[in-house]
Amino acid sequence: MSSLITKVRQKQIIALIEKGQRLDGRGLTDYREIKIEQGLIEKAEGSARILLGKTEVLVGTKVGIGEPFPDTPNDGVLTVNAELVPLAAASFEPGPPDENSIELARIVDRGIRESKAVDNEKLCIEAGKKVFVIFVDVYVLNHDGNLIDAAALAAVAALLNTKMPNFEIKDGEVKIKQGYTPLPLRTQPITITVAKIGNTLVVDPSVEEEQVMEARISIAINTEGNICAVQKGGSGYFTPQQILEASKIAQQKVADLRNTLKW
Amino acid sequence: MNDKQEKLIDKKGIRLDGRKADELRSLKMQVGVLPNADGSAYVEHGKNKILVGVFGPREVHPKHLSRPDRMVIKCRYHMAPFSVPERKSPAPSRREVELSKVIRESLEPALFPELYPRTGIDVYIEVLQADGGTRCASITAAALAIADSGIPMRDLVVACAAGKVEDTVVVDLYDAEDKLGAADVPVAYMPNLNAVTLLQMDGILTPDELEKAMNMAIDGCKQIYVMQKEALKNKYMNVKEENKEEEPEE
Repeated sequence: MSSLITKVRQKQIIALIEKGQRLDGRGLTDYREIKIEQGLIEKAEGSARILLGKTEVLVGTKVGIGEPFPDTPNDGVLTVNAELVPLAAASFEPGPPDENSIELARIVDRGIRESKAVDNEKLCIEAGKKVFVIFVDVYVLNHDGNLIDAAALAAVAALLNTKMPNFEIKDGEVKIKQGYTPLPLRTQPITITVAKIGNTLVVDPSVEEEQVMEARISIAINTEGNICAVQKGGSGYFTPQQILEASKIAQQKVADLRNTLKW
Repeated sequence: MNDKQEKLIDKKGIRLDGRKADELRSLKMQVGVLPNADGSAYVEHGKNKILVGVFGPREVHPKHLSRPDRMVIKCRYHMAPFSVPERKSPAPSRREVELSKVIRESLEPALFPELYPRTGIDVYIEVLQADGGTRCASITAAALAIADSGIPMRDLVVACAAGKVEDTVVVDLYDAEDKLGAADVPVAYMPNLNAVTLLQMDGILTPDELEKAMNMAIDGCKQIYVMQKEALKNKYMNVKEENKEEEPEE
């Protein structure tokens, strides 16, 4: 996911962060401005667009009918896919999903799945035969850093916006009826990514900060304040103490975000 | 979740496979097992059987991936079709793509890529049999294989998981505990540098439980680290023995 950045700029970013400052004037644990808009794609069952600074992610959900997995015959199916659309950054290329988009999709998926936000049993139409399948498609439209947090927020916002078709079973056939019911979410997981730059922890890294970061850790937290998914990324390391510090920062930031988003 | 099934931990704190909460599965390690690879290792971690071959530093293919200032590290985690109960398609799954990435990122902090500009190494991990915790066993084996190839390292990387099973935090989950347990926390660690190079988690844990699980996994890593060093030494002990035998008698 890299674009080029000069060595002078790299040193400048690291030196500033050591002093507790950032290039765009933010504090170390400040998020950029977040704007979320829901329901802007009429043909999707649910949709949301997030602006996190200049990072822009659009998520659409589609609801279909399919077969359950054999080991979970009563559960609906949720699948998350992420596209790093080539128009979003010079470094994104068309073609099959690379490891970055697969990792992004799987982090977003894990946050939703492990927090049990969607009540899978409510998506069951006929046990073992027919269930609702919810496709969550993450579309990155502009890459300016911290795609993980932006995509995770937008995915939950899109699920909150998702309408489930009403149905009835007549003579063993599923008939879709008029009207919709909202998809109930049991919890709204929020994912916070903490980047280690030099030896300092910062939140919401910009695309330039991502170029110089040693490593990142993304922590998904549910409404009760419990941790439901973690992923470390990047070629560097954290000390155990830094991980605990990152976990504390994440708790604080999640509380802040829930206040601003009213989630 | 599984009321009808047996409890994963009994009243005495003994797990289904007979282990205590802080007890690791048995491990076997061997390095230098592949004649054609520059470095190799075979690890049995419980029922997991992992074979790793390392090639390089060598020319990078395709060439445009090579970097003028550093070595490129490539890593492929792959499961054999017969490694799990239901045949796994040999085509790389999304899970395998993600694991290849996080395993590579767990090994990179141990290496000095700037020492080998324009070259690359390939780390090929084959899971011959899987029983929960394959990413950890793969990292343990891959670090051994890299060390065996002679590439300088800051430290060995060693990995172990911890998790929550029936309200108890336990170390080194096997397949049933991984699937039915409440949470799984794989950790990769460089003991001499006190550096965590991989940390993942799924399930639900309080922040305190996560801390406890991480520390328990790190303790597990430290135990496996001793065995790793032993396995590396053993290879050279064996070489010494062989040479002794070949010495002509006077």
